[in-house]
Amino acid sequence: MGRKLLFDKAHIEGIRYYDVYRANGGYGSAEKALKSMSPEQVLDEVKKSGLRGRGGAGFPTGMKWSFIAKPEGVPRYLVCNADESEPGTFKDRYLMEFIPHLLIEGLLISSYTLGCNSCYIYIRGEYAWIPDILEEAIADAKKNGWLGKNIQGTGFDLEIYVQRGAGAYICGEETALIESLEGKRGNPRIKPPFPAVKGLWDCPTVVNNVETLATVVPILRIGGEEYAKYGTGKSTGTKLISACGNINKPGVYEIEMNISVEEFIYSDEYCGGIPNGKRLKACIPGGSSVPILPANLLLKTAKGEPRMMTYESLSDGGFATGTMLGSGGFIVLDEDQCIVKNTLTFARFYHHESCGQCSPCREGTGWMKRVLLNIENGKGKMSDIDLLWDIQRKIEGNTICPLGDAAAWPVAAAIRHFRDEFEWHVLHPEEATKRNYGLAHYADPLEIAAPAAV
Amino acid sequence: MAEEKKLFKVKIDNISVEVEPGTTILNAARQIGGDIVPPAMCYYSKLKGSGGKCRTCLVKVSKGSDADPRPMPKLVASCRTTVMDGMEVANITSPEVLEARKGVVEFLLLNHPLDCPVCDQAGECHLQDLSYEHGADSTRYEFKRRTFDRVDIGDKIQLHMTRCILCYRCVFTADQLTEKREHGVLGRGEAAEIGTYIQQSLDNNFIGNVIDVCPVGALTDKTFRFKNRVWFLKPVDAHRECSDPKCCGKVALWMRGDEVFRVTARKDKYGEVEEWICDTCRFDKKEVKDWVIEGPRKVERQSVISQGHYVGVHKPKDTLVEVLDGRQPKLLLDIHNISEVNKPTVDLSKINGPAHSDDFNKK
Repeated sequence: MGRKLLFDKAHIEGIRYYDVYRANGGYGSAEKALKSMSPEQVLDEVKKSGLRGRGGAGFPTGMKWSFIAKPEGVPRYLVCNADESEPGTFKDRYLMEFIPHLLIEGLLISSYTLGCNSCYIYIRGEYAWIPDILEEAIADAKKNGWLGKNIQGTGFDLEIYVQRGAGAYICGEETALIESLEGKRGNPRIKPPFPAVKGLWDCPTVVNNVETLATVVPILRIGGEEYAKYGTGKSTGTKLISACGNINKPGVYEIEMNISVEEFIYSDEYCGGIPNGKRLKACIPGGSSVPILPANLLLKTAKGEPRMMTYESLSDGGFATGTMLGSGGFIVLDEDQCIVKNTLTFARFYHHESCGQCSPCREGTGWMKRVLLNIENGKGKMSDIDLLWDIQRKIEGNTICPLGDAAAWPVAAAIRHFRDEFEWHVLHPEEATKRNYGLAHYADPLEIAAPAAV
Repeated sequence: MAEEKKLFKVKIDNISVEVEPGTTILNAARQIGGDIVPPAMCYYSKLKGSGGKCRTCLVKVSKGSDADPRPMPKLVASCRTTVMDGMEVANITSPEVLEARKGVVEFLLLNHPLDCPVCDQAGECHLQDLSYEHGADSTRYEFKRRTFDRVDIGDKIQLHMTRCILCYRCVFTADQLTEKREHGVLGRGEAAEIGTYIQQSLDNNFIGNVIDVCPVGALTDKTFRFKNRVWFLKPVDAHRECSDPKCCGKVALWMRGDEVFRVTARKDKYGEVEEWICDTCRFDKKEVKDWVIEGPRKVERQSVISQGHYVGVHKPKDTLVEVLDGRQPKLLLDIHNISEVNKPTVDLSKINGPAHSDDFNKK
């Protein structure tokens, strides 16, 4: 059994409620931090833990926190990014739904460390029922003196506010999230300035993912050095993985980052193998925006070593032979799955979710989608595959925010590793059309819109 | 004694310049001038917060600074990236930049029709220039284009959203120049459009400036639409005492003979308005007597507006005689015997506007 730090008490009945959470050691880390440690000491523990942001980018949390500007007389803000919208990623949802106090405790410790007196949880609009759970937990925490003025007599004040998003994927990007929180259109800002200097209402702001902030609780409980003993190399601790696709046991798993991908897919403790004895074809290990890897590269790295569930191992060799751990949205595809269809599904998503501020993303994502739609529907040409490659190359790295990259990488990886499948669609249009995935009659919104007078 | 300001040394395409801290790469390049100035479709120095969106001004930072010489991993928007001391930037010397820019032009032209022959912005269109300098001669896009109905936003301005490249300049102008928020962007992604939220009119005495800031022909002056091509008009500088204190009263009149076809704000060599003007000056003062004429406006030599008004042109060397080994070409038809067309005594460049049949009477 792998060791657990976040879900270690998840099996306890009623852990969602304050009394049960408290009775099982809840708010112990917060008590320790507020009553016996200075903010610098807490920051030091987080740095020692080697914790990397769990939202997808994997930036060291302690370093991010140390960047926050501290001008006199200017408030600082902590924003919890709960806008979990990446297809395939649904880990934060479980954390917030089943152990909300773990997040609140994490927010309390983090706010204390950063010197914030106001904290916002920006939550995905589609998680319609979770804000109620969070608000109930916040009210309970406040009633018991863990929020509000003079928390537990320590002189520290903190208010946590829950803000529901309106259902835009782009609002998960930290600067777009801040814009949305300010009541504006969720358009990403151009960086620099970074939020650590000029964030919410132009004040220094730290934006962290739900899992990252919740992880601060066990770090303080066991100590940074002890936490760093979990996992391996530069991937310390445990990580929540939301596994889905063609596996026997889809769900959210907490893994210690020292297990192999093979073990994660095939062991009964985790995914439990592929249904009906089918073969593994490919996997997207970090949410839809990261490159797909074929089975032969998935289980072994470029160096021929077993591929581990770590940041370093999954990216071994760069995008030619590797991918990213990303947000931990682990999507498994068996031998029956069509890579072109799969790529089209993601392309549709990113086209729909592009904010439209910068031209490569606004125009390029739609173009990719339409070319993919043609190939998938048996109307593609061989030159379309090269065209797709060229379009993604012109989007990647040229946009304001990473949504452009997120749209480009899946297409690039699919062509890089599964070009023969794209060619099959072009060479066998009739057979491609017969496979009815429900997309053959998918109508392009531009096609159905009545053309206006030019 | 005033403290001496420390200047940052920057190298753009191997040309050095010293600029004040806080200057963007684009503005540092503008201080050097010439071909190394990156193009800008959305950046507008007079509008706070503009820039960074169109991605046409991408450049490569090959050296971050003297303190941290590492190159920047991605191309950056030069209009929003400030210089550091010792920074080295590649613009037209970087094939990567030129390739990326070509890609941006292609993206911009996916949903911008090439209707230059009927577009009022022709000759003054930044996208036209950008496509000419960085674009490809054909498109690879085979799908339907985005189209919109034309909308009259106010009695003097027409929005032709089909041509819009969503640079946000007009939104910033309306936000920052007029006293109320006039319009914004509706929808997202490819479906985003400039809108007034259910077709309201833009009603403000300074809203006409959105026409001047539009880099393409999406916002047009209804008092000028289709009345003439800009290269047939003679721009002259003029001014008047405007009663609106916010209006500078200094304009460019676009005239043909004594007729004023349109009035615009004066623009600098980067196509940016020097000083804003009010709608009264722009739309209502169309008589010469309303203005004090200062003189002809200096037009860039390479601008299409200067077409037909060349001065000091050197006649190219006639090579035909050389090719024919000194023999004179045989004259098959002397056009002057049958027509007054191209009469040697008629100086085409001195005709006020395009030549027409009245200038050349048939024999």
